[in-house]
Amino acid sequence: MAEHKGHRPRRAWIEFIPPVCAGVLVLTTLAIVVFIAQRGLATFVVDRVSPLEFFLSSLWKPDRPVSAGGPALGALTFILGSVLVTGLAVLLAAPLSVMTAFFIVEIAPAAGRRFIQPAVEILAGIPSVVYGWVGLSVIVVFIRERLGGLGFSVLAGALVLAVMIVPTIVSVATEAVRSFPQEAKEAALALGSTRWQMLRWVVFPAVLPGLLTAIILGMARAFGEALAVQMVIGNTHTIPHSLLDQTITLTSGITLDMGYTVIGTPWNNALWSMALLLLLISLAFILVSRTIARRGVLR
Amino acid sequence: MNNKTADKLATWAFWLTAGIILLVLALLVGYILYQGLPVLTPQFLFGRSESIRAGGGIGPQLFDSFYLLVLSLALTVPLGVGAAIYLSEYARPGRLLELIRTSTETLASLPSIVAGLFGLLVFVNLTGWGYSLVAGALVLTLLNLPVMVRVSEDALRAVPVSLREASLALGATKWQTIWHVLLPVALPGIVTGGIITAGRALGEAAALLYTAGQSIGALDFHNWDITSPRSPLNPFRPGETMAVHIWKVNTEGKIPDIRRVADGTAAALVLVVLLFNAAVRWLTRRLQRRLQGV
Repeated sequence: MAEHKGHRPRRAWIEFIPPVCAGVLVLTTLAIVVFIAQRGLATFVVDRVSPLEFFLSSLWKPDRPVSAGGPALGALTFILGSVLVTGLAVLLAAPLSVMTAFFIVEIAPAAGRRFIQPAVEILAGIPSVVYGWVGLSVIVVFIRERLGGLGFSVLAGALVLAVMIVPTIVSVATEAVRSFPQEAKEAALALGSTRWQMLRWVVFPAVLPGLLTAIILGMARAFGEALAVQMVIGNTHTIPHSLLDQTITLTSGITLDMGYTVIGTPWNNALWSMALLLLLISLAFILVSRTIARRGVLR
Repeated sequence: MNNKTADKLATWAFWLTAGIILLVLALLVGYILYQGLPVLTPQFLFGRSESIRAGGGIGPQLFDSFYLLVLSLALTVPLGVGAAIYLSEYARPGRLLELIRTSTETLASLPSIVAGLFGLLVFVNLTGWGYSLVAGALVLTLLNLPVMVRVSEDALRAVPVSLREASLALGATKWQTIWHVLLPVALPGIVTGGIITAGRALGEAAALLYTAGQSIGALDFHNWDITSPRSPLNPFRPGETMAVHIWKVNTEGKIPDIRRVADGTAAALVLVVLLFNAAVRWLTRRLQRRLQGV
């Protein structure tokens, strides 16, 4: 009993630390949401820009003087640019990544473990500016010389992003495919199906929620990536009419202009609104992937 | 098409995809190293960078990358391990746990540019520090905490229950068990988390543009007085990492040899990343052997 008492003072203060660490985590997350929201809403509250104009107009003249009608803050071009490059990147990366996940778990586990998984891990570790630099010095040049245009294009952005999100999708999808029970696979094979039939009609439908979660996480990464895209997409305030046209995204717009605008001006406020939009979309991605994952468990 | 043919075709397609992944990696790393390795001379790695003339190096950027890494790890590791201890040893299922999990997920999916803007608002402007390594380190900590917490929590949870029971049965308190039994056994896992974090911190750029800054200032590498504004060790001075440097010379560079500097910096960064990757693999293998040995 005496010994027990002896430990008490020490226990009292040091066991306080872990919950404090967890608390810091929660509080900073809340602070991020509150601060970005507070700055991001200024466009609508202080500058009285209507949300309709911000989301649906592509007229972007943030420094137009009051005599000429005041600043025009339509962010549609940025939003479309982000959606377009992200969508294309996912279209390119998702099939490749899902097939790679099946390859690692079902087709050749030995080769998967020894070559493909390390390769995917290295791809995941390469910094995004390095992807941007290779995109700039290889993909942009290739497009300019072989396909025409300036090279800086939606296509270049989508290609760079596609390579960047393959590791994200592969690693989550691999876990999903691996979680499928061995007995069910054996049952399918015992009924006479080929390996392809087993994968296509038994494993694939069952792990589909996990695969979708993986794809959404990849999509979130592509949507939030800033510098790699900024380096290859051209950053012009124009809505692209072809894959070889230049455009701008939410992230590249913020990256370019944040340093040159004065805090509190309508232009600066609009950039914060774009940041808030990014934050909300990344939260939406989490919610969607959670819902899908939960539904997967219920089934 | 009969079933056998379909099966063969599918298998062929799966091998083709795997081949594409390997090819992309080989081309990418091959290209970076082929272009950059010849640039990596000692003068380049340790020399001063130039802002107008050709022939500059990346010495200050190399230093800043690792210094910022040390600063951010000093925050990320204790905070991350602390939160992981709470999650694996203390937290009970319920609202609070849900809240912590949601926060971690939110941080994990936070676009790094948004984290950087939060840093600009709070760590640069509100604190009055201006662009500084501390602000950069704090933002890197935000971005890396989720990974650190998850990896450490997994490592703690992987400690066999029998070890906990043995320790408690010997009369140790809960905290003594955590400190003297769980943490030492989970250490390789925690170190792995630290190295993963470090790799990500080295490559991050978007979050640093408006926090640590994009300039190196007038550094004096003979001045090791931590409070002097010209000392490389002063955490309240602005700094530019290698990753930021690649972006900076490409978007705003006025030097004539952008190509050479970017190639060299990219190769140096990728080499460091490969090194960290190898370290993680080696540690993980050691960890597995140790767990099988227990």
